[in-house]
Amino acid sequence: MRSSVSEYDLVVAKTLTDALAIVGNGSHWRPIAGGTDLMVLFNAGRLPYRGLVSNGQGEELRGIEVRNNDISIGASVTYTEIRNHSVLISEFPLLCQAASWTGGVATQNRGTIGGNIANASPAADSCPMLLAYDAELELVSTCGRRRVSYASFHKEYKQMQLRPDELITSIILPRKERVVQYARKVGTRKAQAIAKVLFALTANRDGNALRDVRIALGSVAPIPLRCVETEKVLEKGEVTPALVKIAKETIAREIRPISDVRSTDEYRSKVTLNLLGAVLESVG
Amino acid sequence: MALCSVSLLLNGERRVLQTHPMKRLLDVIREDFGLTGTKEGCGEGECGACSVILNGQLANSCLVPILQVDGATVCTIEEVGKHGLHPVQQAFIEAGGAQCGICTPGMVLASIELLKRNPHPTLEEIREGLAGNLCRCTGYLRIFEAVQKAAERAG
Repeated sequence: MRSSVSEYDLVVAKTLTDALAIVGNGSHWRPIAGGTDLMVLFNAGRLPYRGLVSNGQGEELRGIEVRNNDISIGASVTYTEIRNHSVLISEFPLLCQAASWTGGVATQNRGTIGGNIANASPAADSCPMLLAYDAELELVSTCGRRRVSYASFHKEYKQMQLRPDELITSIILPRKERVVQYARKVGTRKAQAIAKVLFALTANRDGNALRDVRIALGSVAPIPLRCVETEKVLEKGEVTPALVKIAKETIAREIRPISDVRSTDEYRSKVTLNLLGAVLESVG
Repeated sequence: MALCSVSLLLNGERRVLQTHPMKRLLDVIREDFGLTGTKEGCGEGECGACSVILNGQLANSCLVPILQVDGATVCTIEEVGKHGLHPVQQAFIEAGGAQCGICTPGMVLASIELLKRNPHPTLEEIREGLAGNLCRCTGYLRIFEAVQKAAERAG
């Protein structure tokens, strides 16, 4: 059943400061960015918020800034902007790939990276990539700014280290060497699908061993999931069949897949182990 | 909730209306301005039947609250056919890329937008460019053929 438009309100803040004042006044106002998730809920009559605040043209949150040691992506940067950015393409290809996996062209033109994070779907395409890249988030409220590690941002299903009076302003990706970069999305259809499993791995190589391993998954837990224990296993020594076996056993314990409309827990576990096996075989 | 005033440059004409801020761009186009070429399919951003060109980019008008695009430039299928058939429309007719017609306005707009960004797309790029527009009649091959034809003609 569609929502009645007269029961909802939307304000467009002229500046970030205005938007912060609105979400910071303790009322019911919640932020909306590109609307590619929230408007789906609205159309289905399931949007839980009655008042939305849009950060206008969002100029303050719009750019991609390339600095010496990191890249700062404004929260309002769209998937289209991400997948076409030359430095992101060369240094953070998994994020660009994930942007190209998200919906079709129309969704990529409107959907934003900040919105994708704050929507906190465990199946969000870009989130495992941000985990694999050691992202940090800059959050701002009328009380000031703070930086949080993205690895600790998602707490439980749709619960984040983000207060109701705070907005995400930027996503910071440290620029460092990552010789191995791998990601796969398994979904029902090549385009426009919501993932059954998302798998991302970055690492450096030391002979036949891996260093600086990051493994992150989507759609296999209530949150976008970093698999820290599996990373530790893989950093123990050369990638041998024995080590791969232990890594698979470890990742099977770290993920918490469920059965839902898109897949079963059994399938998600099996695919996770297979993808881990496939990437380790390709680097081993 | 209070009504708001919104101004759009819709198909080249300045249009102003008083409406609810959360009214969808799709409904404003169809109901307030009577332009019914833009269709509603799924209402959740999956099918692309409601595609319009919003500030030069393809967008699903069912996912856009009107106040968010106050001041925007919007182009619908009516603009495309204003001065006779667009080459992409002509190619759709010749290739048999339109059957029941519900996806066709969105498909044509997505094709025009794709060819603007990439005048000579490969088949894979055409598939990707149109992936957000679903068609339940043609099986897509004739649509891809139409886009290829339009690209070849444009030179």
